[in-house]
Amino acid sequence: MKKFTLVVCLLTAGLFLGLEAQAPDGDWIIQKMDENFGSDNKIYVGTMTVHGRRGSRTITSKSWLRGVDQSFTEFLSPPREAGTKMLKLEDELWTYSPSTDRIIRISGHMLRQSVMGSDLSYEDMMEDPELSNIYDAQVAGDEIMAERDCWVLELVAKEGNKDIAYHTRKVWVDKERFISLREDRFARSGKLLKTTEVLKVLQMEGRWIPSHIVFKDVLKGGKGTEMVIESMDFDADIPDYVFSKASLRR
Amino acid sequence: MRTLFKLALRNLLGAGVRTWLNVGVLSFAFVAIIWMQSFNLGIGEQAMRQQAAAEYAGGQYWQAAYDPYDPLTLEDSHGVLPDPLQAMVAQQKATPILIVQATAYPNGRMMSAMLKGIDPGQEIISLPSRFLEQEGEELPALIGSRMSASTGLKVGDVVTIRWRDADGVFDAQEFRIAQVFRIAVPSIDQGQFWIALDTLQDLTRMEGEATMVVVEKDGDKDLPGSVSGWVFRDMDFLMKDIMALVKQKTVGSSIFYFVLLFLAMLAIFDTQIFSIFKRKREIGTLMALGLTRSRVIAMFTLEGIMHSVLAAGVAAVYGIPLLMYSNKVGWAMPGAMDSYGFAIGDTLYPAITAGLIVGTVLLVLTVTTIVSYLPTRRIAKLEPTEALRGKMT
Repeated sequence: MKKFTLVVCLLTAGLFLGLEAQAPDGDWIIQKMDENFGSDNKIYVGTMTVHGRRGSRTITSKSWLRGVDQSFTEFLSPPREAGTKMLKLEDELWTYSPSTDRIIRISGHMLRQSVMGSDLSYEDMMEDPELSNIYDAQVAGDEIMAERDCWVLELVAKEGNKDIAYHTRKVWVDKERFISLREDRFARSGKLLKTTEVLKVLQMEGRWIPSHIVFKDVLKGGKGTEMVIESMDFDADIPDYVFSKASLRR
Repeated sequence: MRTLFKLALRNLLGAGVRTWLNVGVLSFAFVAIIWMQSFNLGIGEQAMRQQAAAEYAGGQYWQAAYDPYDPLTLEDSHGVLPDPLQAMVAQQKATPILIVQATAYPNGRMMSAMLKGIDPGQEIISLPSRFLEQEGEELPALIGSRMSASTGLKVGDVVTIRWRDADGVFDAQEFRIAQVFRIAVPSIDQGQFWIALDTLQDLTRMEGEATMVVVEKDGDKDLPGSVSGWVFRDMDFLMKDIMALVKQKTVGSSIFYFVLLFLAMLAIFDTQIFSIFKRKREIGTLMALGLTRSRVIAMFTLEGIMHSVLAAGVAAVYGIPLLMYSNKVGWAMPGAMDSYGFAIGDTLYPAITAGLIVGTVLLVLTVTTIVSYLPTRRIAKLEPTEALRGKMT
């Protein structure tokens, strides 16, 4: 009898392990993604290339991030944008423009406007980057994306969670690196609104990060907006004053 | 007095071209002031009439948080209609409107817009909402001609509109332009898409909610008392911007009237000075014959006033036909006027009132009297013996 019980237990465990190897839990995958990319403090320098109707322009910025609620960005170039700063504190966003020497709170309809003509809106910047906080995930299958074996996840906004911009998302997650290689964001009606495609990934401090991303507002014409991350420091030491309104004028 | 009047008239007509030049200038001032002022009043009356017909009707109830001058309030400016307002809507004495901020993508471009929901069957305002009853694969939407010009959208075109619902979740749909309406009121046209109210409530998960309720024309006399969470805005409140603008325009125009009147009065002043200087012997003779100084002054002043009386007559000869013609054909407004945010329409018509004409005539008469009198004060110091020799003392 003992032998029989042991065999049943082993078979059951084997069955579960086998299933997990085929299709792990979606929530577990997005948690792994958050673990890979998330850290308390991050400092990164990146360039954003906006492909508009009249040509392209590249903007360089440096960002300081603390958790998911606090971020500070300073635009470094081109000269026209240099000195412009953005501060996000929880659900509030401020910008500072050196030409006007004024701090403006971005709110209401202004949040819907694009950031410097890009395919990203201020609302996109306000989103909680930790998907596990706001979405329930299910594995819909697996596909090859960017020559990598990926899980295809379907993310649906958690019930009762207010102010989640995109009701559903479809995410292609690298099975080994737990990094999103493509993401489609949908409206409640099911209409595709935005896509994110990762063209290049890098390993920094033992984590895999997307270093070259293309954002595209599907409803808008154009080639989208490219983001290239040039450097990233995880768990960086960031003083408190960075995340204050006073730092916008510094 | 009668003699003085006769003398003054004879002298005035005897001056010939000088008199008619003065009369001509003064009559032009009369006509120009009345004509311009009537158009200023016309702008105000026309704008208020059209604004009331297309947007305000008999006044509006606003959801307490709604402030049209602060777009940041719009996100929270919606609520379920309270019973008194629902009763008015049921009796077709009012119509609710829901306003939601949105982003439209006309022809691959991205632009901020307002999505407004209105009952397709309403007849409270002149918006042609009946076109929203059309059925088809895409949801019907109405836009104004200004919005059509700025987006390039025409009847039958399909446009994608994105918004955030009551939970803050993005949603998007394609809308077919069912009609492009042409209306003089830009505030219900520019940057706006009109769709059926129940559709918008459904899409935004704001069932039974509205941002404002428009009360029927003259319906403000039969309003329920205070409605909790909603504020009634009467016509005086809603029209105060238009009234302020008209007032400002009137003040601006007064500078022109002032210059015009100043020139006319300068001519009369000069004429009076010239008359006194030239007619010293005549003044001396009149005094020698027993006419008191004050009567001589009165005669000269009367001559001056008669300029404006004659000018009023001349102005009537060509001014009345001109004003009648203006009243009939109006003044075609250039297309750019559309973007001024002022409901004028294609043609502007003057508002000619008896008060305006009488007021202008009285104003000119008063000013002419003063200006005619001022130079004649010198006569008071004139010695008859000196005057008879043609000298001024």
